[in-house]
Order: sequence, then structure tokens, then C-alpha cells
Amino acid sequence: MRARTRTAHRAVALAAVTALGAGLLAGCADDGGDKSGSSSDSGGSGKTTISLGLFGTFGFKEAGLYAEYEKLHPNIKITENVTERNENYYPALVNHLTTGSGLQDIQGVEVGNIAEVVGTQAAKLTDLSKVSGVNKSDFLDWKWAQATTKDGQTIGLGTDVGPMAVCYRKDLFQAAGLPTDRTEVGKLWSGDWSKLVSVGERYQKKAPKGTTFWDSPGGLLNAVLSSEKEKFYDSSGKVIYKTNPAVKSAFDLTADAAKKGLVGAQTQFQPTWDQTIANVKFAAMACPPWMLGYIKGKSKADAKGKWDVAVAPKSGNWGGSFLTVPKTGKHVKEAQELAAWLTAPAQQAKLFKVQGSFPSAQTAYNSPEVTGAKNEMTGDAPIGTIFGEAAKSSPVQIIGPKDQIIQQGLTDNGVILVTKGKSAEEAWNTATKTIDNNLEK
Amino acid sequence: MATRHDTAAPPAKEGGAAPGRPPAVPTEAEQRRRARLSRRWQRDLRWSPYAFVSPFFLLFIAFGLFPLVYTAWASLHTVELTAPTDMEWAGLRNYTRIFDDDFFWNAAKNTLTIGIISTVPQLLMAMGLAHILNYKLRASTFYRVVMLAPYATSIAAASLVFVLLFGRDYGMINWALHFVGIDAIDWQNDKWPSQIAVSSIVIWRWTGYNALIYLAAMQAIPQDLYESAALDGANRWQQFFHVTLPQLRPTILFTVVVSTIGASQVFGEPLLFDANKGASGGAEHQFQTLGLYLYEQGWVNQHLGRASAIAWTMFLILIVIGIVNYVISRRLRASS
Repeated sequence: MRARTRTAHRAVALAAVTALGAGLLAGCADDGGDKSGSSSDSGGSGKTTISLGLFGTFGFKEAGLYAEYEKLHPNIKITENVTERNENYYPALVNHLTTGSGLQDIQGVEVGNIAEVVGTQAAKLTDLSKVSGVNKSDFLDWKWAQATTKDGQTIGLGTDVGPMAVCYRKDLFQAAGLPTDRTEVGKLWSGDWSKLVSVGERYQKKAPKGTTFWDSPGGLLNAVLSSEKEKFYDSSGKVIYKTNPAVKSAFDLTADAAKKGLVGAQTQFQPTWDQTIANVKFAAMACPPWMLGYIKGKSKADAKGKWDVAVAPKSGNWGGSFLTVPKTGKHVKEAQELAAWLTAPAQQAKLFKVQGSFPSAQTAYNSPEVTGAKNEMTGDAPIGTIFGEAAKSSPVQIIGPKDQIIQQGLTDNGVILVTKGKSAEEAWNTATKTIDNNLEK
Repeated sequence: MATRHDTAAPPAKEGGAAPGRPPAVPTEAEQRRRARLSRRWQRDLRWSPYAFVSPFFLLFIAFGLFPLVYTAWASLHTVELTAPTDMEWAGLRNYTRIFDDDFFWNAAKNTLTIGIISTVPQLLMAMGLAHILNYKLRASTFYRVVMLAPYATSIAAASLVFVLLFGRDYGMINWALHFVGIDAIDWQNDKWPSQIAVSSIVIWRWTGYNALIYLAAMQAIPQDLYESAALDGANRWQQFFHVTLPQLRPTILFTVVVSTIGASQVFGEPLLFDANKGASGGAEHQFQTLGLYLYEQGWVNQHLGRASAIAWTMFLILIVIGIVNYVISRRLRASS
């Protein structure tokens, strides 16, 4: 008996060790595959492996685009390497670009970082404007311009954009005595953000208890700034955020709204902010198409159809990414072709249909996938045309290398303080002091 | 001095104490062979230990010394993370500006206050817990394992839970406080509440760890000290004060040193506690520690030169703290 248990133990141990070893080996093999994929043809099958380094959810795989491309090009195999958050992805990308190693064949770049990449890393990236299949006229002018260097090299192809509209809860608007029809709502604040704040005042007078008109100070500031042509940098690349009247007036407008209690005291994309969506604590927010998916993810089931989308006071853009092809890759040509194909209008339209990423290729806006788009959170709102109009009328915004740092300072160390009882002046001083310290080399 | 083994003659081997056969005179070739072997043997004896310790030192040079030298070099330059090879000589500028950098001194002050309100209660509680666990308890192993559980939890997971607990509008702590008539406290944005909240994460995580160290030391105290104290009429409390505490002095010093070093490097807790997921330590930098400030300059703002200077300044501060600790412990030892 004893001997048998011992053999049994040994068998179990052996099995465990084997399984573990096999798992480790498999893990190694996977890693090896990924790495060699970018540097050499993966042996055996004779296929060329193209790897993509991405962050968040680009949705190429989910929309079946890789599979489609592999079918069209039997000699190509596509792998992707996804980092969840851009905060983790971007510093690593910068390190890889500066050292010239560890790069994938195609690398995604977020719009907030594109100016810094264009300004400091363009020499490490290939010019994509002359790749076959890339048509400058397909893309929105401003999207194309954002990834183009001063000497005319386009190092990134736009994947999606974030044309901004205003999403609002019909039931809360009704309870506060405001119109609920989307064209009427749009007219209430048409052309001027300060009109939106006065709608907020009207809302707040009869607001359902415990709700605010707008979601957060950061959300309002971002919305106003997103529709400005010039915000933190001028066209020569000089930092002008402190002297630009547009920035100060956006700040003051937001601070004023916060002082009057029209915005919730939250920071966007944090758990407590998510809770205000789930618990219906605010009536409206700035919303690009991708936000609809976010709202859906955080809402309770009964929120379906209670939202609607109205045109924003002024068109602006919030979010969007680019694909770049580093020069160090072994298959630069194939990678460029793949990047061009993934960002072509037809593929962007498919991506919108499946993932809700709004095309940066304006020629896609007339495709049935976009014009016929509907969203279950917003009932039958024609989101394709609303967002399409916003995308076309968005200004060509000047994006600077440190835009993110400046805006984060204005939000997290600025307008948020007004909701905690500080004056607009104190908040502005804290914000500018923080930003100046962060910008100083 | 070690026990002497050479005072007694070794016992005779089998065959009696008679001397063995004298060895045959080796041939010349054999002599050469032996000499070669012996040289090899000596070389081996001499150098092998260095080969054995070399892996550590090679790794240390690569991952310890090189970064140290590199950051020292970088701290004398204006250099950005986006182009680390593009250095511009700045002399001591990165250091001199620290003197009038309000953010640095604010972070230093926060590090000190958070360090005090986390370390002091933590060590006192650890001492109390260890004392209780030192009694005969049923299932004592269970309690010990439970105490170590927070230490085994990742800071990230723990901090996220604490963020929810300390939420202003939906947090459990404010919800509990309103039953005792205390208004909602803004744990995120007010200075002291936020520092207390960050400290509570540190306390939660390290109390059990320190308690186990104290417990181990307590169990090493000879039982007869307590017996004789009891014979002299000392009660439990007096025994704790006059036997346990003096016996634990080296251990307490050890935990104080370790906790001080830990407290001066607090980083993960305030980073994750920040609602903005930024490194500014709250809207008004109210809980930004030195570690966080270093991270903000280096990785968020990508100012490699400034961050290196901050890192070196922190290093120097730590050395000062180490010296102070050393002096105090010597004083204490001398007085005991």
C-alpha cells in the first residue's frame, strides 16, 4: 500500500513537473515566435510575420481585419502585442524608439503623443505618404497634418478620430423642464459654450435631486478646449497656454460652472466617476463615438435608449490614434502595406461598425456602415451623420509635444479645485505653477 | 577561541602507531606532474572563490553600479528621456534649483509626515499584536498566517480597495462615519485626511510583518528571565516593560531602521491612491512623496536630468538618516 502511494505521489509529481515544463517551454516558444517574428521570417511555413504593437483596444483583430488580410496575402502572418493602458505603452515606445530596439513592425501612437513623436522621433520612422494605397485625400485634413513633419514626411496614418457631440439623458432633461428633442437641444447651445453653461443653470434650477448638469470639470474644460484651433502651443511651437485668451476663458468658464454647482466633482475615468454614470448623477457630457461604448459598459441595464446625442456648441475632436512603421523593422515594406490597408476607408468603416471607432478617413463617411449606424444607448439617433458632421467641421488643432501634461495640470491641479471650494484664481495659480514646473527641463 | 583539537594525539590507525613505509622517491616526470597539479591547485584555491562570487558582482555592476554612475552623470546635464544620448552640460544646476523648488520641499515634508503617521502607529500596533500572539493561543499558526496576508497582497490591489473605501461620496468609511455624526470627509483632497489615508495603506500592509519579527524575537527571550521576574513579584505588565522591551531593543532598532528607509521611499501607495492616476499626489500635491516626485519628473515629464538629481539628493538624505540612526543606536547601546 505504502509503496503504491509513493509511486502515485511520484506519478503526480512527475505529471505536474511535465505539465509545468511543457507550459514553460510553450511560453518560451511563444515569446521566441513574437520576437523572431519581427526580425526574421518565421521558419517552416515560409510566411512573413508582421507584428503590431498597440495599446488599449484598436479592435483590428476583433473586427476580423487580420484574418481578412491574411486571406488576401497568404504569405503574411499578423501578430499583435497589446498593452492595456497608453500610460504604460507610450514610455516604453519612447524608450524603444530612442534605443532603436524592441520595436514591432507597426507601432500605434495616441493623438496626445503624436506631436512629441513627430517632433522628436521622426528620424526613426518611415514616411508613409508615398506607400501605394495611401491617399492623402481620403483622410481628414487635420488628421493628416497632425502626423506630418515640417519637412513634409507623414510618419503616421490615422486610424480613428473622436469627433465630439453632447450625450444627454432624455429623462433628466425632461424632469428639469428642458426640451428632449436632439435638434432642439442642439439649438439651445448652438455656437457658444457659454450658452451650454446657461442651459446648465436652467437645468440646475429644477434638477432632480442629487444630479448635476455636466459630468465633471475636466470633461467640460476638455470639451471647450477641444474645439479651439490654438490652445497650448502656437504654430511656431511656442508654449502659449498662459497667455492664450482661449485657454483662460475656457478655464474661467469651467470654474464658473463648477462654482455654480453645475458640474460633478469627479475626475473622468476613475471608479467614482464610473459610479456617477451607473447611478445617473449627471445629465450631460461631451461624447465622442467611443464614449457611447464606455457609457454602455458602465450603465445599468435600464439605461438603454435613455440617452440621446446632440450637436456640440462647437465641433472638436477628442481622441484617436495613428499607425507608424519604424525603420528598424525587417519587413518595412510589408508593414507599410499592412498599415495602409488597415487605415484605408473600407477597413475604417468596418471597424466603426464593429468597434465604434470613428473613421479618420472622410471618404468612409458616405459608406452605409457609417450613415446607417445606430446605437442602442441612444435609441435611433443617427450617430453616423452627427459625428461625421462634427469630424468634418473640427478645426485643424495645433497639438504640441506636452499637450497632455498641460491639460492634465489644468484639470487635475486646476478646475477640480474649484469644486472643492477654492476660487478660480487660486486654482489657476496652482495649475500654472504645477505646469511650469513640469515643463521646465 | 575555538576548541583545540591538537592537544591530544590522534588515535592510532589500524596496524598500530608504527610509522608507515617511507614513500618511494618519485620520478622526475612524476615530480613535474605533481608540481603542475599543485600549481593548478593553488591557482584554483586562489581564484575560484572570486569566480564563485563574481555573478553577484557582475550583476551589481550592470544593474547597480552602472545606473548609479549613469544617473550621477545625467544629473549634471539637461537631458530628456525622449533623447537620452542628447546631453547638454548643466553643471550643478539641477541640484541648486532643488533648493528653491517648492515642489521638492513640499514632497520632502509630506514624506516626513506620512512617514511618521505610518511608522509610529504601525510599530506600536505590531508590538501589541506580537505580545498578544506570544500568549498560548489556540490555532496560533492561523493567526500568524493571517497577519502576514496583507504583506503578501500586492500594493496595487490593496490600494485600489482603499481608494474605494476612502471614497468621498460612495466610500464605506464615510458611510460608517455618518452613523457617528461625522460629516463626509474628503479623503482625497484635504491635506491631513489624504495623508492619513495613504498612511493607513502602509500601516495595513506592514503591521503584520513587523509583528512577526517582534514575535520571533520575543520567543527567543529565555523563559527563566520571566520566571525570576515572576518570583520577584512582577506582574504581566511589569514583565513586558522590564523584561520583554529591553530584550527586544536590537530588534526594535532593526525595525525602526527598516521602516524609516521604507517610509522615505513610499511610492506605490500614494501613486495608486491618487484619483487622477497621476503622479502629482493629489490636486494640490498634498500627498506627493519624494518617490512620487522623482517619478513625475522622470517618467511623466521625461526630464531625465532633473530626476537623476532628485534621486541623488534622496540618496544623500537617506545616508544622513542612516547616520542618525546609527548614532542613536550606539547611544542606546552604550546607555544600556
